[in-house]
Amino acid sequence: MMNPSHGRGLGSGGGSSSGRNQGGGETVVEMFPSGLRVLVVDDDPTCLMILERMLRTCLYEVTKCNRAEIALSLLRKNKHGFDIVISDVHMPDMDGFKLLEHVGLEMDLPVIMMSADDSKSVVLKGVTHGAVDYLIKPVRMEALKNIWQHVVRKRRTEWNVPEHSGSIEDTGERQQQQHRGVSGAAVSGGEDGADDNSSSVNEGNNWRSSSRKRKDEEGEDQGDDKEEDASNLKKPRVVWSVELHQQFVAAVNQLGVEKAVPKKILELMNVPGLTRENVASHLQKYRIYLRRLGGVSQHQGNLNNSFMTGQDASFGPLSTLNGFDLQALAVTGQLPAQSLAQLQAAGLGRPAMVSKSGLPVSSIVDERSIFSFDNPKTRYGDGLGHHGQQHQPQQQMNLLHGIPTGMEPRQLAGLQQQIPMGNRMSIQQQIAAVRAGHSTQNSGMLMPLAGQQPLPRGPPPMIPSSQASIRQPMLSNRISERSGFSGRNSIPESSRVLPTSYTNLATQHSSSSMAYNNFQQELPVNSFPLPSAPGLSVPVPVRKVPSYQEEVNSSEAGFSNPSYEMLTNRQNDWDLRSIGIAFDAHQDAESVAFSNSEAYSSSSMSRNNTAIAATEHGRNQQQPPLLHHQVYADGGNSSVRVKSERVSADSAAMAFHGQYSNQEDLMSALLKQEGIAPVDTEFDFDAYSIDNIPV
Amino acid sequence: MQRQVALIKQSLFDQGYLDEQFMELEELQDDANPNFVEEVAALYFKDSARLINNIDQALERGSFDFNRLDSYMHQFKGSSTSIGASKVKTECTMFREYCRAGNAEGCLRTFQQLKKEHATLRKKLEHYFQAS
Repeated sequence: MMNPSHGRGLGSGGGSSSGRNQGGGETVVEMFPSGLRVLVVDDDPTCLMILERMLRTCLYEVTKCNRAEIALSLLRKNKHGFDIVISDVHMPDMDGFKLLEHVGLEMDLPVIMMSADDSKSVVLKGVTHGAVDYLIKPVRMEALKNIWQHVVRKRRTEWNVPEHSGSIEDTGERQQQQHRGVSGAAVSGGEDGADDNSSSVNEGNNWRSSSRKRKDEEGEDQGDDKEEDASNLKKPRVVWSVELHQQFVAAVNQLGVEKAVPKKILELMNVPGLTRENVASHLQKYRIYLRRLGGVSQHQGNLNNSFMTGQDASFGPLSTLNGFDLQALAVTGQLPAQSLAQLQAAGLGRPAMVSKSGLPVSSIVDERSIFSFDNPKTRYGDGLGHHGQQHQPQQQMNLLHGIPTGMEPRQLAGLQQQIPMGNRMSIQQQIAAVRAGHSTQNSGMLMPLAGQQPLPRGPPPMIPSSQASIRQPMLSNRISERSGFSGRNSIPESSRVLPTSYTNLATQHSSSSMAYNNFQQELPVNSFPLPSAPGLSVPVPVRKVPSYQEEVNSSEAGFSNPSYEMLTNRQNDWDLRSIGIAFDAHQDAESVAFSNSEAYSSSSMSRNNTAIAATEHGRNQQQPPLLHHQVYADGGNSSVRVKSERVSADSAAMAFHGQYSNQEDLMSALLKQEGIAPVDTEFDFDAYSIDNIPV
Repeated sequence: MQRQVALIKQSLFDQGYLDEQFMELEELQDDANPNFVEEVAALYFKDSARLINNIDQALERGSFDFNRLDSYMHQFKGSSTSIGASKVKTECTMFREYCRAGNAEGCLRTFQQLKKEHATLRKKLEHYFQAS
């Protein structure tokens, strides 16, 4: 009567993904999430027994406990002996929420609450007390299979905020690893352990690091590379050409999409010089892309974002969509922009629009349309576009913090609504909002920030499609980054920085002119190599974007101006991307592009940064990195500004969600900027320090 | 014999004594844990007997500390849900409703019903396990 095969446990969950962990050679990693150490607390012996059995079936290590006090002492005695805690809400000796608080404060472990009580108030209580999840009894296997995601997620967060948690000390190494992993992900195409389509795209990395750390093993590229900071960046990037991708797809199809393992794919492809990691990251993106095609919405979008941020900078959502690094290809000239546009269009189900420049403007545009979810005028506002829009915001958000927040577009919309401060809305706030991935909550928070930061900008063009706009810059960035990787220049760094910001901005709210301005400033950076950077060549694609921009860029020539005008004119339709592109058009990121906004940006940015930093600082004590903003803000150069923006955004984001990974991302970003090479998977940075960008 | 077992099980489901959760438990059973379900059931009955006792005593006292009663019942409901004891769970829910309404009479009545269901289920499961 039994199902003997059940013992397999994870099924499609962690178990299978473990096999695909990056080839660190870490057995732990390979087995992830098997071996996850779970502490279960429940006064009901029946439930306890059942849970234990279920968790064991998931190949987790289970420790049972029927009293909260005992659980706490267990945890205290063995601080790092557990990865996650599952606790019942109603317990005789201690309220489950209290235990939750204790664990959160003392050990900073993820805690899942559980109860037969499914009333909203209780569930809400769980959320507000910081539970990472809330399970309703009877708990089913499916619910337990994926609890590892919370561990990874939390770890990433912790790593990104070094001084943040107790786990820092022992994760110091992890951090490095993480950074490594993160940047590695970005650089080498993502070392996401979780090739599997689990929601935590980038978390695989972290898990790997943490697993390594846990098992006290050194990953191949873990550790002290971090000191060199963006060491990962130095890895040669793999450009997924059309042929290569086709080989990849063929291999995947041969193996079966669900069963395709990077190792096997690699073997089948038999491409010299291609590493398992490259395939792994590409597979991840591909899967996301497929899912996206399949019509799954935001989550996939998020995944895409995660992918994007965590991995190759050049992978934009569109790239992912098509399973091609279209942008990269375009940039590197392997794929004519037009082809790229067409591919993307095809992938998106849209008419291929080739930019004049021949650069993947269409990709940008597509992305834009996808992203600008609330921009009805989006050119591609077809179903896919909207769909994409939903994705995009999330993606954008994910990009920001690389966490598949699964933020719903409506959330974003909600954010937007809540961020009515056209002028006041600082980018950071927006970013924060976006990053938060929490609709109302974030929005609410953003608002206050806005109030606090008087942005001197003029009437900010409300750019509902800021997200879209942002995307574009991101795309540009990506491209730039790609180019950068192709050995051009330091563009990638700047690009990197920007994408995040942009993403945030875009997703957050288009209404903030500040955001736009910031973006504008940043966009140029993203899209182009910073003026200071040699080889400002990227701008071209950016230019083209405006043409696509729905109506945003009426002119192709004077981008800066038209962009501005457009921005002003079209607040609702403003496509941040276009704005960004407009700026990008200005090779001189610092001057021209920023011409109008420059004043704004610098001042606003500084202001924002400062304000945000201050705000965030106040809000979140744990975010020392916020200070970075200020540091950056003072920089004064475009790159600095960019950084500030980012930082601010992140800080803002972080401020909003104390518990969110945004902070971590922000931290990472900040740290990266400072050359600390923080783990910055989300930002799509390869640990480049912005400082490296010659401005 | 197998068929009989299957029939018994089927009737338990059909009559609403057990729900899908029970099936989940069965899936957890494997060669390494061949008697898992039976063990869980045994544990459940042992624990729930204790709870029933507590509630009985509380009710007999006549003080009707609804909060406390509700708390007991919450626990009872939790474990009943976990093993898929559908009818028992329903009674638990009703009991809690009465508790919240402060309806002592309703509590008493429901509790009697609950005990009955509980006993019935126990017998049936015992029969089932013996057969399988």
